[in-house]
Amino acid sequence: MKNQENILLNIKDLHVWYRVYGGYLKVLNGVHLMVREGERVGLVGEAGCGKTTTMKSILQILPPGDFHIPQGQIFYKGQDVLKMSFKELQRLRSREIAMIFQDPTAALNPVFIIGTQIGDVIKYSAAFEENEHKETIKEQSIKALKEVYLPDPERMLINYPLQLSGGMKQRVCIAMAISSPRNLLIADEPGTSLDVTIQDQIMRLLNEIVEKRKTSIILITHSLGVAKEMTDRIYVMYAGTIVETATPEVLFKNPVHPYTKGLLASVPKISGGGITKGIPGKLPSYLNPPSGCRFQLRCEQGDPICSEKPPQLFEVEKDHLVACYLTQR
Amino acid sequence: MKFGSFLLKRLLLSIFVIFGLSIVIFIIARVVPGDPARMALGPRAPEEVVQRLRQEMHLDKPLPEQYFYWIRGVLSGDFGRSLVTKRAVSEDIKEFLPATMELAIFAGILMAIFAVLLGTLAARYKDTWVDSLIRTLSYFGVAIPAFVAAIIFMLLFGYYWPILPVLSRLSPGIIPPVRITGLLTLDSLIQGNFVAFWDAFKHLILPSVALSLGGLFQEARITRSAMIENIRKDFLSAERGYGIPERVIMFKYLLKPSLIPTVSMMGLDFASLFANAFLVETIFNWPGISRYGISAMMHKDLSVISAVIIVFGAIFVVANIIVDIIVAFLDPRVRLSTSRGI
Repeated sequence: MKNQENILLNIKDLHVWYRVYGGYLKVLNGVHLMVREGERVGLVGEAGCGKTTTMKSILQILPPGDFHIPQGQIFYKGQDVLKMSFKELQRLRSREIAMIFQDPTAALNPVFIIGTQIGDVIKYSAAFEENEHKETIKEQSIKALKEVYLPDPERMLINYPLQLSGGMKQRVCIAMAISSPRNLLIADEPGTSLDVTIQDQIMRLLNEIVEKRKTSIILITHSLGVAKEMTDRIYVMYAGTIVETATPEVLFKNPVHPYTKGLLASVPKISGGGITKGIPGKLPSYLNPPSGCRFQLRCEQGDPICSEKPPQLFEVEKDHLVACYLTQR
Repeated sequence: MKFGSFLLKRLLLSIFVIFGLSIVIFIIARVVPGDPARMALGPRAPEEVVQRLRQEMHLDKPLPEQYFYWIRGVLSGDFGRSLVTKRAVSEDIKEFLPATMELAIFAGILMAIFAVLLGTLAARYKDTWVDSLIRTLSYFGVAIPAFVAAIIFMLLFGYYWPILPVLSRLSPGIIPPVRITGLLTLDSLIQGNFVAFWDAFKHLILPSVALSLGGLFQEARITRSAMIENIRKDFLSAERGYGIPERVIMFKYLLKPSLIPTVSMMGLDFASLFANAFLVETIFNWPGISRYGISAMMHKDLSVISAVIIVFGAIFVVANIIVDIIVAFLDPRVRLSTSRGI
């Protein structure tokens, strides 16, 4: 078991709203998430449930001017990111945490060559200032590109993103994220926009990097299988709240929350059985979310108390937390 | 590099554009009612003299033949003779074009600098008073025609608070520089004649500002919206997330992609400066080619009309080729797609 005490990241009761015409989209509704040092954490949940918003909040890189954080804390090494000065935030971004985006085509600036983009990442990071070998930015860029197994890195530097394939672009993004040592990597569905085979390669690469460097990682994924293979603990997210968290073994064997159960049942079995029935219904409106549990409208085990106030995370066993009134019946 | 062949293609294509323009303008100028020979000689000239002039000008021949005579002259640099100034049109153009070029280039520089500056400021301080001020100014800037702005400037800075000259290109008594390019500011600078430079520069300010306003504010708005759109893109979040300082993000990673629509627009705006220059030149008594061209139209001075329009067409084409080069420099998608066929 990993060191229990060294908590790297601790998100407490995070609420994030997006300003839209006619009010606020209350997307995050009390997210609790914790990452210990060296821990690999998975985050699963359907599209639009606020996974990326949570991750962008950690680095404070939500689109400027459009969001509002009414309450919550994000502690990184004990310090609240939301209260950090600009300089501290800059330090957090350039030395501590790096994020890999879902769509590498959108995450790379289309009008600059790779060399410029990765070069600037290195230039403003710890790797450059504290480099003992006094390597140039170019040498470090090439080293980072080699580490993600990109062929002909020297040439890669003078290419524009549109000259690369999706898989290559994602490797470049990973190279940027690992070009200087970081304590926490955030990988936001790093394979989703790629072909299945490429997706597999990218996940292997990521796994290898995490194993080799012993960094902590938050891996957002749609694939429960990937989460099971690659993480020490899984958070299940639904409509802006964490509904359940446990180790993969426990979660797969003994899911408690109805949403987790539905999610696990939705995975098509290779042994047959056809397309699964999934979870009927859709995410609630974020403009006027239901009071109480946000899953109540799709839940088959609903209760009057569910619509009164949102259920809190409740420890059913060690490291297994569930936010559902079922646990208290 | 494949970009060279792309440019060559553009150049060849523009020759056809100008050729087509020459046919269109030739026909339009001639089908408009009114007898140019009669207008040139006045109502009291005897009919046989008028008839002789018509023959000299080949006006008695069918249109295709007239065009042939004319285009043959144009290709050898002879645009014919102005019926009003009685001089070779090419001479007139040489005299009047640099004045307008100077005005348009100066206005173009103002347009480029202030459009980007104001657009960036408005985007950076979106939804603050800075943004509101720039946006309000933009409405006025876009809505007020150049000649109205010219009159207002003239009143403000020439009459109520006379700090700038409002007529012609140089003050009387200033010795003009020897003509090299015809651009007074440039010529006087080359010759070290700073008195003339300063005077010519002061004369330039009001007309060029009046001329630039419309395009300037239009482009400022385009820059602002491009920046606001790009600021929400993932790549910007990513760059911010890697800890790249804000100023590098703002002036490098955000500015470059946001300039692409602005620069494309600038090509069109720069060319339309020449059209708008007419009234501004008239108001400020600026001896430019736009004023010359319009007066030729009033007198149905065929050779001049055709020549001026061909010159404007050429400027339009050249301006847009330059814009294409700049856009290709800014945007690899344009440059590479010409060689990769995406």
